[in-house]
Amino acid sequence: MADDQITETAPRKFTLNFGPQHPAAHGVLRLVLELDGEVVERVDPHIGLLHRGTEKLLEHKTYLQGIGYFDRLDYVAPMNQEHAFCMAAERLAGITVPKRGQYVRVLYCEIGRILNHLLNVTTQAMDVGALTPPLWGFEEREKLMVFYERASGSRMHAHYFRPGGVHQDLPPQLVQDIRDWCDQFPEKLDDIDKLLTENRIFKQRNVDIGVVTKEDVLAWGFSGVMVRGSGLAWDLRRSQPYEVYDELDFKIPVGKNGDCYDRYLCRMEEMRESVKIMIQCCDWLMKEENAGEVLATDSKFSPPRRAEMKRSMEALIQHFKLYTEGVHVDAGEVYACVEAPKGEFGVYLVADGTNKPYRLKIRAPGFPHLAAMDFMNRGHMLADVSAILGSLDIVFGEIDR
Amino acid sequence: MSEALKVLGEHVAAAQTEAVTDWAIAHGELTVAIHRDHIVDVLTWLRDDPACKFTTLIDICGVDYPQRTERFEVVYHLLSMHQNHRIRVKLSTDEEAAVPSVHTVYPVADWFEREAFDMYGIIFSGHPDLRRLLTDYGFEGYPLRKDFPLTGYVEVRWDEEEKRVVYEPVELVQEYRDFDFMSPWEGAKYVIPGDEKAEG
Repeated sequence: MADDQITETAPRKFTLNFGPQHPAAHGVLRLVLELDGEVVERVDPHIGLLHRGTEKLLEHKTYLQGIGYFDRLDYVAPMNQEHAFCMAAERLAGITVPKRGQYVRVLYCEIGRILNHLLNVTTQAMDVGALTPPLWGFEEREKLMVFYERASGSRMHAHYFRPGGVHQDLPPQLVQDIRDWCDQFPEKLDDIDKLLTENRIFKQRNVDIGVVTKEDVLAWGFSGVMVRGSGLAWDLRRSQPYEVYDELDFKIPVGKNGDCYDRYLCRMEEMRESVKIMIQCCDWLMKEENAGEVLATDSKFSPPRRAEMKRSMEALIQHFKLYTEGVHVDAGEVYACVEAPKGEFGVYLVADGTNKPYRLKIRAPGFPHLAAMDFMNRGHMLADVSAILGSLDIVFGEIDR
Repeated sequence: MSEALKVLGEHVAAAQTEAVTDWAIAHGELTVAIHRDHIVDVLTWLRDDPACKFTTLIDICGVDYPQRTERFEVVYHLLSMHQNHRIRVKLSTDEEAAVPSVHTVYPVADWFEREAFDMYGIIFSGHPDLRRLLTDYGFEGYPLRKDFPLTGYVEVRWDEEEKRVVYEPVELVQEYRDFDFMSPWEGAKYVIPGDEKAEG
């Protein structure tokens, strides 16, 4: 009798701290969960544990020095971020990128997309209990990071894109190797597909979990897969094309139900489309008539080539000035965005005519997605929190900045 | 593209005569400056007007201009997936004057406004939960203001004796050197060491 009374009067609601060190938190996220039994009533994400003040640092760095900070935002797909910053600087300085430079950029952006989706899809599977997919996926990621290294000298923090193009042309053997990789990758994707797509446990954990309607998508400022998973065919590569995306043949996969499972399917399909884009880029780059510059030669941002510096005094001075003082960019403001793997990655750049940005705001796609955590988790079970978090595709480098 | 933006700019300026103080197109982007009191009305109208349909709020951010009387600018970036265009809405404010919160129009504004408050100390009135977002628990100051030093004021370390993390004033072995690279011929506003002797 006494026991019964205690259970009746004792409050069933309690608060649970999830993270900051939790394998399913995808980095350093602290979630304060208010639970009623096992049902989530409120989620309060505490972020900023990885805040490094990137925006402040960028105000003190020249444009060329700044590029490196973008690799460290979403460290899963580094070059896509560099791309947005370079595009912003190009627009302010009025530089056009040579065709070959654009193709190299697109090639590496799609490599970045696969890098990201491989990580996300497989760790999402890990969050709901499967251990094998990450082991398989990471093998392919490793190969892609070798391509990063062979182009830029660095596996992750590439600093490869420059305002006006990319730093150096790709060696022919590298293009050939990427092309060969594209042939074998769909098979590996099929393996992961077989393991997950019809997997009963995976479906039970993801279908009808974290449903977002089209109205929610707009109200919460979603972008990328979060939009497409809910049935809106919106992709910046198609709707506001940049670089050479309007010349390439690819499809935009769209989901139907807007749940975690549809977002997983979208990502899987997007990887296949990315491979298609990569094949087109490689074929284009391998043609002899398409040889040429990868960096705009007429812009102040491009350094003189090493051979030239051995003979020309002016080239040497220009090189020195470029890497110390940097380039003065005309005053103005511009917003440049790219379809990063996670969604719309934007850079709002305010320049005041000096060699450093006056203000640079990074619009990370994960930020509004995580802001919607509270709304998406209400009424779900505690175990669904990690499934939803996994499908949001969160990387703290870009959210905390 | 810019023709369509011009039409859009005129449409916005004509419909929101009270609010809009200025509008311009630069680098293929439309910027509308408004007075801060009208922000909720303007954004609601921009969201619902059939010719605009800016249903997605992309970003809210602050910009600091310490030399101005109203030192902060708050910049809203909007996107219309229906019409496939973008707009930038700007307003100015200072440390005390509050900007009406737009979280009722776009729920996502909640976090964006918290970030702007955290970074610049811009006050948003009517915000349900204006807490700091990115900085440390108990952080003081507004780090993205131009008068906030890049190095910050405090640093943390683990204290072995006290068995906890302690906060201490920043101690640098070497002063942070922020080269401005302005050549003296282009009007650098400092005296290069040795130059002061030239006069006498």
